[in-house]
Amino acid sequence: MSFLDAILSSLSAIRAHALRSVLTMLGIVIGVAAVIAMVAVGNGARERVNAQIQSLGANLIIVIPGNITQGGARLGTGNASTLTDADAQALKTEIPAVQAAAPLVRGGVQVVSGGQNWATSAIGVDLDYFVARDWAVERGREFSEEETRRGGQVALIGQTVLRELFGGNDPVGAQIRVRNVPFEVIGVMSPKGQSMFGQDQDDVILLPLQTARQRVVGTNRAKNRSVNQIMVKIREGEDLSAAEEEMRRLLRQRHRIQDGRDDDFSLRNMAEIQATREESARTMAMLLLSVAAVSLVVGGIGIMNIMLVSVTERTKEIGLRMAVGARPLDVMGQFLIEATTIALIGGIIGIAAGMGIAIITAMKAGWPLLIDPLVVVTAFVFSGLVGIVSGFYPAFRAARLDPVEALRAA
Amino acid sequence: MAADISPALIAVENLERIYQMGEERVVALAGVTTEIRQGSFVAVMGPSGSGKSTFMNVLGCLDQPSAGSYRLKGVDVGRLPPTELARTRNREIGFVFQQFNLLQRVDALGNVELPMLYAGLPKRERRARAEAALARVGLADRMRHLPLQLSGGQQQRVAIARALVNRPACLLADEPTGALDSRTSLDIMALFQALNREGVTVIVVTHESEVAAFASRVIRFRDGKIVSDTEQAPRDAALALAEWSEAA
Repeated sequence: MSFLDAILSSLSAIRAHALRSVLTMLGIVIGVAAVIAMVAVGNGARERVNAQIQSLGANLIIVIPGNITQGGARLGTGNASTLTDADAQALKTEIPAVQAAAPLVRGGVQVVSGGQNWATSAIGVDLDYFVARDWAVERGREFSEEETRRGGQVALIGQTVLRELFGGNDPVGAQIRVRNVPFEVIGVMSPKGQSMFGQDQDDVILLPLQTARQRVVGTNRAKNRSVNQIMVKIREGEDLSAAEEEMRRLLRQRHRIQDGRDDDFSLRNMAEIQATREESARTMAMLLLSVAAVSLVVGGIGIMNIMLVSVTERTKEIGLRMAVGARPLDVMGQFLIEATTIALIGGIIGIAAGMGIAIITAMKAGWPLLIDPLVVVTAFVFSGLVGIVSGFYPAFRAARLDPVEALRAA
Repeated sequence: MAADISPALIAVENLERIYQMGEERVVALAGVTTEIRQGSFVAVMGPSGSGKSTFMNVLGCLDQPSAGSYRLKGVDVGRLPPTELARTRNREIGFVFQQFNLLQRVDALGNVELPMLYAGLPKRERRARAEAALARVGLADRMRHLPLQLSGGQQQRVAIARALVNRPACLLADEPTGALDSRTSLDIMALFQALNREGVTVIVVTHESEVAAFASRVIRFRDGKIVSDTEQAPRDAALALAEWSEAA
C-alpha cells in the first residue's frame, strides 16, 4: 500500500471516530500549546525586562544610604542621611570605571500651574543624572552647569506631568509652583514608560539638586549636603562587580567605617536585578516545560490506550485486510500512521492554540510577539515522535495477529 | 484422473493440521490428499468440527499445515514466510465470507479497491478495475453506496467483486449464503456458476446440501479426513431461480 493511500485510509478511520480522536489528541494539544506559549511568553517577557533595564539605564549601580545601627537598633535601608554630593564627586573622580555619579534627592510634591494641580514626585538632580539614566530632553533644554550649582529655579517635566498640567500645550517658558516655590519650565523629558517595578517613570519633575534640597524636599537643614541616593553609571565594558567592590571600599573609607563593621550604605546592581528577573522567568519556563512534558507523556499514553482499543475493536477488519493481501508490515504501518496522524493533528491544533495564547498575552502585556519558528517545528516533530512511540506497541500487536483468529473475531 | 491432461491447480498430500490447546492436541486435519483442477466448481461439506474450515484456511494461505505439502499452481506454499503468504493471498486467492466482511465506512468501490491497494496498483487502474468488477456482479449503479445502504445480497456481490478483482487462481467461499434468504442465495449461486463457466475455479465450503447441489464435485469431510469425493451433474442455479420466481 502506498504511503499516501495509507494516510488517506488513516484519516478516514480517524474521522469515523471523530469525538474519540479529538479527546485522544487533547493531551498532545495541551502539551504543544504549553510549549509554544511558554517560549513566546518567556521571550516576550525577557525582551520587556531588557527594555525596562535599558530604560532605567544600563550598567547602573545605585548607592542608597542605610544599614546603620543606632544604639543597637538596626534601622532599615534609606533611613540614614550618610550619603552626600561629595561622595558622588569622589566616586566619579577616584574610580576610573565610573562614567557618571548622580546624587539625587526626591520627595512627593504638589505642583500647581494656573488652575491645574497635580501630585507627583520631584527629583533634585545634577547633570550626571541625564547621563546615568540615559535620558534626553525631548523639547526645550537641559539644566545649565550654572543652574545646578547655584540653585536656579528651573524645572524639567515628564510626559505624564505635561499631560496632566498642560494637556499637551507647549509648557516651555510656563511658570509652575512647587511647594509655593516658583519654577520656570525649561523642557520636557522624552517618554520612559513603566519601570520594571510598575512605576510610571514619566510622572516626575526634575529640579536642580541644590534648589530641590534647600527649598523643596529638603527636610534636614543641618545635613543639607546629604542625598537620597547616588546613581552610578559604569563605563561600557568595565566589570560591574569589580567596580562595585571599588565603590564599597571608597565609601567605607570616606565614611570612616572600621573593619568588621557594617556598611552604612547599600549598593544595588541592575545586573543583579536582571539576573533575579531572569531566574524567575527561568523557573516559570521550567514549570511550563514540565507541564508540557507531562501532558505529552500523558497524551502519548492516551494515544497508546486508544490505539490498543482500536486494534481490539477492528480485529476483524485486520483479519479481512490480511485475507485480501495485507502483509504484517502493511498492518503495522496502518496503525502507526494512524497514531502518528492523530498526534500530528493534535500538534497542529496545539501550535495554533499556543500561538493564540502568545498573541493574546503579547497584546495584553504590551510586549513584542516573538514566536520562534524553530520551536514550532520542534513541537510539530516532537508530537509526531510521541505518535510513533505510543503507536508502536499497538501496531506491533495488530501486525502479529493470526489471520484465522482475527477473522473469527466478533 | 490419470487421463486428465489439465494440471492440478491445487495439490495437497498428507495434509495435517494439529493445534496444541494447552495440554490437549486437537487434530483438525489428519492426512488429506486430493487435487483440484483449474476451472472446477467444488463444494466442501461436513459437519462442524470435521476439518472443512481448517482445510479452507490452509487452501487460502491463512493457515499453514503442520505436516504434508500444499502446492498451489505447482508452488509449495505450505512453508512460505508470512510476507510471501500475504502476497499469495493477494494474487491467487479471492475470499468470500458468510458475513461479507466489508469495511463499513468505505463505499462499494473502495471495498473492491482494497486488494489492489495491497497489490500496489496505481489509483487510476484500481478505479477502472473496481468499476469493471462491480459491473460484472451487477452493481454498476451501486458503486458509491456504503455497505449499510445495500441489501445482504448486494453486499455479498460487492464481496465477490472484491474477491475477483485481482484475477485470482481460485475463489474460496466460506458459507457464502449462510446469512442470506433462499432467493438471494440462489442469486449468489447463479453468479458463482456464471463465473465458473467463464473459467474461475470456485471452492465453496458449506453444510447445506442445497448449496452443494450447484457444484460439479462434492468433497465430504469427517474427523479431519475426506470420507467421500464425488462428481455430480450440477443443478442450474439460474433455472432454479426462474422456477422460484414462477412459484412465487
